[in-house]
Amino acid sequence: MATTYDYDDAPTRHDEQTGPNGYDPNFVPDSVKSFVTHLYRHIREKNVYEIYEMYETSFQTLSDRFFKDSPWPSVDAVANYVDNDHVFCLLYREMWFRHLYARLSPTLKQRIDSWDNYCSLFQVVLHGVVNMQLPNQWLWDMVDEFVYQFQSFCQYRAKMKNKTEQEIALLRQFDQAWNVYGVLNFLQALGEKSMIIQILEREKEGLEQFTATDGYDYSGGSNVLKVLGYFSTVGLLRVHCLLGDYHTGLKCLLPIDISQHGVYATVIGSHISTIYHYGFANLMLRRYVDAIREFNKILLYIYKTKQYHQKSSQYEQILKKNEQMYALLAICLSLCPQVKLVDETVNAQLREKYGEKMARMQRYDDEAFAIYDELFSYACPKFITPSAPSFEEPLVNYNQDAYRLQLKLFLYEVKQQQLLSGVRTFLKVYSAISVGKLANYMEVDEPTLRTILMSYKHKTHAVDSEGKIISNADVDFYIDDDMIHVVDTKPVRRYGDYFLRQIVKLEGVINDMDRIKLE
Amino acid sequence: MGREREAPQKPQHQEVVSYTVEQLVAVNPYNPDILPDLENYVNEQVSSLTYSLDANLCLLRLYQFEPERMSTQIVARILIKALMAMPAPDFGLCLLLIPERVQMEEQFKTLIVLSHYLETGRFRQFWDEAAKNRHIVEAVPGFEQAIQTYAIHLLSLTYQKVPRSMLAEAINIEGLSLDKFLEQQVSSCGWTLEKGHGQVQLIVLSSNEFNHPELKKNTADIIPLEHVTRIFPILG
Repeated sequence: MATTYDYDDAPTRHDEQTGPNGYDPNFVPDSVKSFVTHLYRHIREKNVYEIYEMYETSFQTLSDRFFKDSPWPSVDAVANYVDNDHVFCLLYREMWFRHLYARLSPTLKQRIDSWDNYCSLFQVVLHGVVNMQLPNQWLWDMVDEFVYQFQSFCQYRAKMKNKTEQEIALLRQFDQAWNVYGVLNFLQALGEKSMIIQILEREKEGLEQFTATDGYDYSGGSNVLKVLGYFSTVGLLRVHCLLGDYHTGLKCLLPIDISQHGVYATVIGSHISTIYHYGFANLMLRRYVDAIREFNKILLYIYKTKQYHQKSSQYEQILKKNEQMYALLAICLSLCPQVKLVDETVNAQLREKYGEKMARMQRYDDEAFAIYDELFSYACPKFITPSAPSFEEPLVNYNQDAYRLQLKLFLYEVKQQQLLSGVRTFLKVYSAISVGKLANYMEVDEPTLRTILMSYKHKTHAVDSEGKIISNADVDFYIDDDMIHVVDTKPVRRYGDYFLRQIVKLEGVINDMDRIKLE
Repeated sequence: MGREREAPQKPQHQEVVSYTVEQLVAVNPYNPDILPDLENYVNEQVSSLTYSLDANLCLLRLYQFEPERMSTQIVARILIKALMAMPAPDFGLCLLLIPERVQMEEQFKTLIVLSHYLETGRFRQFWDEAAKNRHIVEAVPGFEQAIQTYAIHLLSLTYQKVPRSMLAEAINIEGLSLDKFLEQQVSSCGWTLEKGHGQVQLIVLSSNEFNHPELKKNTADIIPLEHVTRIFPILG
């Protein structure tokens, strides 16, 4: 472990300065003493509001002031101030490691220690009687960070070339640390033990409240296991996306109905992570319309609420995911030009960022593929190889393998669709055209055109999770012998919903009028 | 340290026997011990003409976690079964979990080419290629029929009336066999036969909302009961 940290360029410090020559894990500045004692007290008193303030604001402020480029004091040094409370110490260490990962680069030993800390923490939650009430933000951060550190570990481990003998010995010795089975089983166990699926089902029947209270428990219980279990569904979605298993990922998310408001949307990081991975998975499953719809919604939401998150420690992360989702939206719309699904504001942003690239993507030449490659690489999750390396063979890096495979298969899909945009262009300007004539225009023979048309049908008609065929086509057609008839796909008006809303509105007006009469 | 991982409780061995593999996957998706069960289950799917994407993805996932336990023969079977599930994107989903170096093997290259032809609607090339690789695809019963079903599905999305030659090419049936096949379809699926110009036989495929867009409107404006219940108090 690197023991010296250079303080030279640190801003002028408070008088509680640490030793001049580096980080002293045992030195606890007064403000940290005060921070831990207060946080501990608020947790004991279940004062969620104060916990949130300290967690979200004070922790960041103190980190900026004292621990910009060094870790927080060790847990042993602060344990005295919090009655050596076991659970509090686990929570403190969780934050300690999170801060370390964010600002410094963790050593292998620290990665292993952090894994151990998560094991202990989750086991307390799973088996112990935890009576805390923690802010959703914090609980989300735990799940999110747990998956992030797993991903980070896999990336780190896959870079075998520069490993020292000592590191390799540690990797062998602690082969259970960040083991993929362990990670998945924790997330799964949190989901199961929390009974979150049943809770959400019961809520639908009006037998239980969860969403209405944002997951908090106002009758003296704890929200920790329930909400961790809830967020672990999003964690599982993310892990499966990292592994390239989009079908299973979406299946894990099923308990959460993203078409409705839910606890996942109460924390901006969770909201974004959910939709980003949902959209990406649907993109890879060729369900472009589903991806476009959800990207559109969240991008509009971010556009409207961005300013409220400026001070958040996650602001940069929000902006990055925002940009990535525009790139993914550009890909979706290039493969499936359903622009009418996109809000004007989002569309304007998209044109500004990717208008020129999207025009080039339509050409399906080498340059277009290069742009698909570029956007995918920029916006995709950080894919991982979950298996342990072989230590015997000559040590090679394999950290790019998973990404390369996903990229290759994605580009393969794009290539299969390259002739479709030509078909689209012609279909848009005809209401009927003979197969021979269109073949002529597209400079292919008739049998080839017929295969292209079938391919168009196949690629624009996805199979949904229930096996139903869903049309993603912006322009559709059918062939009667030798004649292609183009189908106008005007958006279907939803009269039913419209009338329902009007009925409710009218009732409101009538009620208002009734009240006026009484006065 | 690092050994405290707690798997969700594994059922006792005796109980496992009474679980179906589907249940095992649902209850215990991240348990390396079910790998042999899943492999057997792939073979069972092959012999009994059944299919479970979830179980097969689960197995590919376990292979991904422990590559040294991978059986390429089983992987090949999974991929063939996935091809048979077209138009679902299963083949591509499985490939995303199979390491590139494994995909370089000859049998997988062949399957990838076959999938490419199906994905791009090139049935003639598909059947030619399949004929050259009988040893691979004939290992799985029902392969031809499954692809024919997919071909008919795709033709039905595309055509109201399809020339006989196109159908013949797509399902790889000709002459008398095709006549017999058509006879069956006419009686069971509501196909009809017509003469087109130049005495070409035209097959009128069963109509659906994709080749008869006017059928679509009826289904688009459905309101779920929950939405209607919201106005019940008002109506009452």
